Amino acid sequence: MAQYEAVIGLEVHVELKTNTKIFCNSSTEFGADPNHHVCPVCLGLPGVLPVINKKVVEYAIKAGLALNCKIAPFSKFDRKNYYYPDLPKNYQISQYDLPIAEHGQLEINLDGETKRIGITRVHMEEDAGKLVHQGTISTTPYSLVDYNRTGVPLIEIVSEPDMRSPEEAVAYLEKLKAIIQYTEVSDCKMQEGSLRCDANISVRPVGQVEFGTKTELKNMNSFKALHKAITYEIERQIDVLDEGGQVVQETRTWDEDKGVTLPLRSKEEAHDYRYFPDPDLVPLVISEAWVDEIRASLPELPDERKARFVNEYGLPEYDALVLTSTRELADYFEQCVELFNNPKTVSNWVMGDLARMMNATGREIGAVRIKPAQLAEMLKLLDKGTISGKIAKTVFEEMFNTGKDPGVIVEEKGLVQISDEGKIEKIVSDVIAANPKSVEDYRGGKKQAIGFLVGQVMKATKGKANPGLVNKLLKEKLDS
Amino acid sequence: MLSPKEVEHVALLARLKLTDEEKETYRRQLSDILDNFRKLQDLDTENIPPTAHVLPLQNVFREDRVGGHMAVEKVLANAPQRQDNFFKVPKIV
Repeated sequence: MAQYEAVIGLEVHVELKTNTKIFCNSSTEFGADPNHHVCPVCLGLPGVLPVINKKVVEYAIKAGLALNCKIAPFSKFDRKNYYYPDLPKNYQISQYDLPIAEHGQLEINLDGETKRIGITRVHMEEDAGKLVHQGTISTTPYSLVDYNRTGVPLIEIVSEPDMRSPEEAVAYLEKLKAIIQYTEVSDCKMQEGSLRCDANISVRPVGQVEFGTKTELKNMNSFKALHKAITYEIERQIDVLDEGGQVVQETRTWDEDKGVTLPLRSKEEAHDYRYFPDPDLVPLVISEAWVDEIRASLPELPDERKARFVNEYGLPEYDALVLTSTRELADYFEQCVELFNNPKTVSNWVMGDLARMMNATGREIGAVRIKPAQLAEMLKLLDKGTISGKIAKTVFEEMFNTGKDPGVIVEEKGLVQISDEGKIEKIVSDVIAANPKSVEDYRGGKKQAIGFLVGQVMKATKGKANPGLVNKLLKEKLDS
Repeated sequence: MLSPKEVEHVALLARLKLTDEEKETYRRQLSDILDNFRKLQDLDTENIPPTAHVLPLQNVFREDRVGGHMAVEKVLANAPQRQDNFFKVPKIV
């Protein structure tokens, strides 16, 4: 049986974070009452004139630059014609042959390897409205249309077919999301639909240069869904070919509940878009000065920031990669390090306990109640020996759940570490007296028996005894 | 001359239902129109840049400031069917 390799390209739609729509001054605010954020322009009423929002062009250029694209000196808008109720004009204003940005790339890191993924183009277009169904699209008796989203600005980012596995596709989308979030032109929330991803997938026998027939995959609403859908589709296509069949070029939708991809519509007829230049909109001539100005406004991007974290803070590559995966997390880390200058310790807490608690509660970094200054404060308490490492974990959890200052928690719960030699010495003596067997073992050469005795002292002090001191005092007494 | 199949394809894209008679009429009329436009191909356009727009204008921008919205009753005034504040349409799969 032939060995196959997958060829994957992604088309990503990103909603831009502007105040108003792309061609009119209706609000883009999310969650308004149905059909309340509309005007004659986005409703496509006769006689209206769309005018491009300058911020949209600026954001598209910014995204293009962040993705290492060349910005087109001359760009224009075109009409993409199709009939669907989410599109009141029966055409979508998009960009066809002269997109705002082309020929970019980004780098993905997977298993310690770096791979370059090409970006074919970035173009601007308007979003369509939202169809509300009762139940699913196949069972609903009719559809309800809300045009609030119609005309919300989008950029579509098209990759080269450079990915070869579901893992690479996910890594690409993660990196793309991070870069776009760093530029702050979009918040890229997959669940709210401000980041949407379609995948073009084909398979070919290993060694073959020509691409196989591709299918277009839609409706993946999370990174997990993207991974599962692509994995399924690759296997499905290989099965078709192994059974002597042919892959049909079509659009398929990912059914999350059933865990399968299903055909959506036949491509030939439905995709005859008859693009032509939109006569309502005049061309864009982008000056070098404007591009330079936008370039100067670009923030430090994930790759640069990662390199700086390695150089400036002496962090391992892996720590730097994880910490810079989102701008918010990297900001959090840096704010903390500014107040507690031990980067590796801060990194361990952020990547360890903080990440674990965030995963457990499904909370994003923006919703974490521990402020960077509070984490720094706790690390200072730990550093000074006011609290033990074990107690620190308890304090941290309490901080995560309540947002209280570490000092307050330590005081309220009486968690201050006992470093009073006299106090500990007394408990050590009691423990030695109460556990003659372990003492005998230790003195007889089973040195590991001391671990049990340390545990007993810690238990007697509810974990508050300074472990270094306990060890020292125990050894002194046992060895004497 | 356009083929009957091409006419049917264009009609489908425009969501038009045509009788056989109409198909034949449009086949002739559309072919005439296309033939007329084809005459433009005779012109030498070697040194003429492609025209993106007929007006000598570029970079007409709008600032990103929210303006007024239409009252929802006005929005839905011409809706053939509505439910609450939604347009109600046949489902299209």
